[in-house]
Amino acid sequence: MTVLHEPQTSSPTGPTATEPATTGDAAAGPPPPWRRGPRTDPAPLLPETEPYHVLGTPRERPDADPGLWRALHRQLVLGRRYNQQATALTRQGRLAVYPSSTGQEACQIAAALVLAEQDWLFPSYRDTLATVARGLDPVAALGLLRGDWHTGYRPHAHRIAPLATPLATQLPHAVGLAHAARLKGDDVVALALVGDGGTSEGDFHEALNFAAVWQAPVVFLVQNNGFAISVPLARQTAAPTIAHKAVGYGMPGRLVDGNDAPAVYEVLAEAVGRARAGGGPTLVEALTYRLEAHTNADDATRYREDAEVAAWREHDPLPLLTDALRRHGLLSEEHEQAARDAAEEMAAGMRERLNAEPVLNPDELFAHVYARPTTQLTEQAARLRQETRTR
Amino acid sequence: MTITEARSATLAEALRRALRDALAEDPSVHLLGEDIGTLGGVFRVTDGLAAEFGADRCADTPLAEAGILGTATGMAMYGLRPVVEMQFDAFAYPAFEQLVSHVARMRNRTRGAMPMPLTIRIPYGGGIGGVEHHSDSSEAYYMATPGLHVVTPATVADAYGLLRQAIASDDPVVFLEPKRMYWSKDAVDLDAPPQVPPLGRAVVRRPGTSATLITYGPSLPLCLAAAEEARARGWDLGVVDLRTLVPFDDATVCAEVRRTGRAVVVHEATGFAGPGAEIAARITERCFHHLAAPVLRVTGHDIPYPPPLLERHHLPDTARILDAVARLQWEE
Repeated sequence: MTVLHEPQTSSPTGPTATEPATTGDAAAGPPPPWRRGPRTDPAPLLPETEPYHVLGTPRERPDADPGLWRALHRQLVLGRRYNQQATALTRQGRLAVYPSSTGQEACQIAAALVLAEQDWLFPSYRDTLATVARGLDPVAALGLLRGDWHTGYRPHAHRIAPLATPLATQLPHAVGLAHAARLKGDDVVALALVGDGGTSEGDFHEALNFAAVWQAPVVFLVQNNGFAISVPLARQTAAPTIAHKAVGYGMPGRLVDGNDAPAVYEVLAEAVGRARAGGGPTLVEALTYRLEAHTNADDATRYREDAEVAAWREHDPLPLLTDALRRHGLLSEEHEQAARDAAEEMAAGMRERLNAEPVLNPDELFAHVYARPTTQLTEQAARLRQETRTR
Repeated sequence: MTITEARSATLAEALRRALRDALAEDPSVHLLGEDIGTLGGVFRVTDGLAAEFGADRCADTPLAEAGILGTATGMAMYGLRPVVEMQFDAFAYPAFEQLVSHVARMRNRTRGAMPMPLTIRIPYGGGIGGVEHHSDSSEAYYMATPGLHVVTPATVADAYGLLRQAIASDDPVVFLEPKRMYWSKDAVDLDAPPQVPPLGRAVVRRPGTSATLITYGPSLPLCLAAAEEARARGWDLGVVDLRTLVPFDDATVCAEVRRTGRAVVVHEATGFAGPGAEIAARITERCFHHLAAPVLRVTGHDIPYPPPLLERHHLPDTARILDAVARLQWEE
């Protein structure tokens, strides 16, 4: 069967809905965007080879939206403190494990701040900071890692999917949710986070392919932090950049300096805007670096040089943005102090609540397997109650 | 008293009618799969549904099972009720990670906040001369995964009724369709389908006193035929159709086995660590003092599904079932 298709021009942020229907359509009239043929709009799919920067370039104009830049700064301060506190609590045995996002805070906070309230965030296990920046209680965000339950929050209340531990499996969920929202006529964009290692998984490929074929309102943000636990990017992919992978699916690929918070925000905002306007998905690769080990169980000195880590410390997202705001006279001492105070308050709250022993009810093991427990589960629950009484 | 015209329908027609009625009654029901739109599915189960409900309600997807189930998971997260078709049993394996890591446990992971009202239809089993990877009986994998319901109809009425119940369920259901029975007919009027028992309930298809055959899906007609043949030997065999493997109906199975004291589990999946192993263990745990003989199993061999010209040597037949019944050695 041939797909009728005529080349035409349309804007990069939203092709017009005048293309002919594919043959075999049941319904007459212009097809919805996810039923069109291959894209022909002039939006460049290939990423620029040089990552997009804002800080230290002529694009550095915080005075255009000082509120946004200050918000980014405040969230970076909070985010760094959050990472430090969670890492410390892990060393004290209060969290089973903590995959630190120290050094990657700009990606995490930009991902959270760029979304509208009704949009959805699909985080992986390293993205708890993104959930906190979206407004989640830090202790709830750490539920999975503390080990008192798999998801410490109600996803629909925050439009945050459960943290995904298997790699890239949350990406098709983001596509499906965004597709479903559009089928219902809702203005919802889904932003899915994945690491460089996750881009090797089959689910990454299938999610991008579905998203592009359906022209789903999804943004994929790859935080390329250089290593999948110990394996460097060069052993992960032979592509010039991960952003290049977008071209094969028929979606724009964008490469951005992941430590440049305003740059990440701008690139994501453009992608979210395109998705919202019906222009389909975007793959964004943010070049960043994991300054800490993969988790506290990892020894990063076995696979990378101190000099490399030191070089990336010189490109730390927090001082980069702080210096820019100071250059423009937009960061008062009061603002900085307020951010530091808020960060200390958050950290104190985390310590206080995570140092308390969680109250756990073993009955709950059986409560949420099925809508109604099977007779087998009811019997097992009764036996466990008996065991906990007698031991 | 009015006399209604005797009607009959095939199992495939019953499934199609169930999908159609579900689509018509509930706008949140969406069908996804390979070739289910214009073609109507390789077994034609979705024939005409895209034309009637549009290509968004009965959607041809890219050829990618993990992607199909993964996106369906996201759709369910947003409140839709996706019904996914996996084209053949062995083609479902790429979606296995989505199934066991997310679909099965999303409710559990989220403390009940995110149910998965999702149905995964999988044509399964052999006996149709299919080439490699087209005849697997993979139910044990699904049974071993907490959070999934595993359903397999063996009658036209159940095909309709169980599929409607599966789609209406707030939990994920792996709906295994015995593909060699797609064209088998029962006298069922799909315009007035009979009520069927709910998910989780086994049904005694034939009462018996000598021994109980416990089976499901494609092996049900075989067991009924074996029971007929057994009459010549003076054996009165009962036949229990499990209908749903998860939840498992211990009550019906045990009541029957306690009456007869002898049980044979029959299925075409492999025997080692197969469904029959679990069923035999459950019966032994619950009915040991009622048993006059060990619970036996008649299953496919413990081999990868054989090539079509050899499958008759692999699949249970009535002779193998009656041999097992003979080994139950009742001589009282």
